[in-house]
Amino acid sequence: MSEDSQILFGLYVPPHPQPLLSPDANAGYANLRAAFETCRKRIEESDADLIIVYSTTWPSVVGHQIQALKESIWTHVDDDFHYLGSMPYNFQIDSEFSHEYCSAAEKRGLHARTVEYEGFPIDTGSVVALSLLNPDNRIPACIVSSNMYANRSETIVLGKAANDALVSQGKKAVVVVVSSLSNRMFTEHIDPSEDRIHSSKDNEWNEKILEFFADGRLEDLSQLSREIHGQIRVQKVVAYKPAWWLAASMGQHNNYDGEVLAYEALHGSGGAVIQLTPSSGSFGDKEFDEDDVEYYQGDRNVLNKGNH
Amino acid sequence: MSKGEIVLGCLAPHPPHLVYAENPPQNEAFSEGGWETLRWGYAKLARKLKTIDYDAIVIFTPHWQTYIGTHFLGLPEFKSKSVDPVFPNLFRYNYDLKVDVELAEAMHEETAKAGIITKMMRNPDFRVDYGTITSCHLLNPSWDKPIVTISSNRNSHYYSNEVMIEQAKALGEACMKAIEKSGKKVVLVSSHSLSHRHFVTEAPLPEDMSREHIYNHSQYVWDMKIIDMFRNGQMKEVVDIMPEYTEQTIAETEAGGLIWMMAAMGVPSYPAEIYGYQSVIGTGNCIACWDPNNETRELVL
Ligand SMILES: [Fe+2]
Repeated sequence: MSEDSQILFGLYVPPHPQPLLSPDANAGYANLRAAFETCRKRIEESDADLIIVYSTTWPSVVGHQIQALKESIWTHVDDDFHYLGSMPYNFQIDSEFSHEYCSAAEKRGLHARTVEYEGFPIDTGSVVALSLLNPDNRIPACIVSSNMYANRSETIVLGKAANDALVSQGKKAVVVVVSSLSNRMFTEHIDPSEDRIHSSKDNEWNEKILEFFADGRLEDLSQLSREIHGQIRVQKVVAYKPAWWLAASMGQHNNYDGEVLAYEALHGSGGAVIQLTPSSGSFGDKEFDEDDVEYYQGDRNVLNKGNH
Repeated sequence: MSKGEIVLGCLAPHPPHLVYAENPPQNEAFSEGGWETLRWGYAKLARKLKTIDYDAIVIFTPHWQTYIGTHFLGLPEFKSKSVDPVFPNLFRYNYDLKVDVELAEAMHEETAKAGIITKMMRNPDFRVDYGTITSCHLLNPSWDKPIVTISSNRNSHYYSNEVMIEQAKALGEACMKAIEKSGKKVVLVSSHSLSHRHFVTEAPLPEDMSREHIYNHSQYVWDMKIIDMFRNGQMKEVVDIMPEYTEQTIAETEAGGLIWMMAAMGVPSYPAEIYGYQSVIGTGNCIACWDPNNETRELVL
């Protein structure tokens, strides 16, 4: 619950490189960049010990991977937007925390492992987020992957494990989810000045999600994740998971002050910078029927049952 | 200048496990072996390649994923370290490779003419994907030929397998035109597994072959069906069945590589040479090639 949460506030930020590499190519990118800057200042003013990033652009297959290399240094180039330039990075990772997070995840039944290799390809979303939110490595970071096959139970448990690890090390964190809202991009190259949300349906759904965020209704969004996935997400993975992870790590309720700092198109997708700060006073009118989960039991092997 | 041609088309799966198992000096990780059926098959195909006269390898990879068009590597050299994001424990490979930029540009131009969105990749810091590196290392460990990597546009995600197939066909035909005009002899490589459901846990010793098996029997049966069709020269039927196959086995064909290669080769009706089939962390992998030359085409396995 919220009183046990070690998380000072949560951020939801987009993964695309334009706010980092070409903020002046359109007013919307500049607006997103300014919102990142505001969040950077707020992190600086907080007494967070670290930043935890859950990135939807870091897919894993073998369990949940957690970056643990103390000094992660490389120059990253995006697969699609390579022509916007390179992204050199030098991130300080809280390796001790990453190991604690890994064992907290294992204690909750997840298959997890840390990665500690020079040259490991940190994903575009994490590079953009950490470069803009923590440019001088004022505090260290931890980055966790998004497993391609993981669904709700695993993701909820993975979120809770982040908080477990903070409690056991007595640390306070800002958590950052890196994800688009609607994620359909234009499939052709566009003039950035003409960027817009891909369709009005995507835009309407984004606006509705942003209303929920602004009201601090994070648990409601978590419960709506399957619907969001079906409506506005390109079906690359099995589910829309960021709200599950964020809600689970921050305490599964609707008691937040929500602030949408920016909402703009990024090559057609919906990019928003949002802050959620725990508060008192709940909002919402939903009854939840998806069960809460504390421990991941694994697949239920439905295929092997009932045919003997 | 005589007309260029495709001298061989290879289906070359790229589990990094295979490079890891070989322990080449370029890779930092150390193994005790594993997956010999595939590695020995690759070695045999690599020997065949040594007997063929060719100028460049053109490879289509699922691990350079682009959503905005199809991209081509467009600088003459790339040198860096490739670390597999999924299996960094197995694959940290120092590469130093040459690109046939002239051929890449020619394919880019023909592809654009065919109405496909395309882009040349000219950022020198770009890291070449591990699919390209694994398949090319195993086919040509001496790296003595230039390559061209083509990204995989994710039409399956954005539209459907059917749309992906139409676009991959158009891309293959455009690449063929460019190759003919270039006057070059080219080996095509479609880099991917067949069935592609992975185990989500890994054995403590990844090369412990007592732990290796196909993810489920259904994937195996589908893979055998497709391989039989390869053997029988039924590539038109393979193209027709591809949406169903890809959906049923979550196959890595979803990226479009096999369709691209078949379209470029005029959808062969002659038998493929089969070099091996084995599972890697549950996925189904077949090494095969299509040799348009009646005189050198063999029954391998
Ligand atoms: Fe692959």
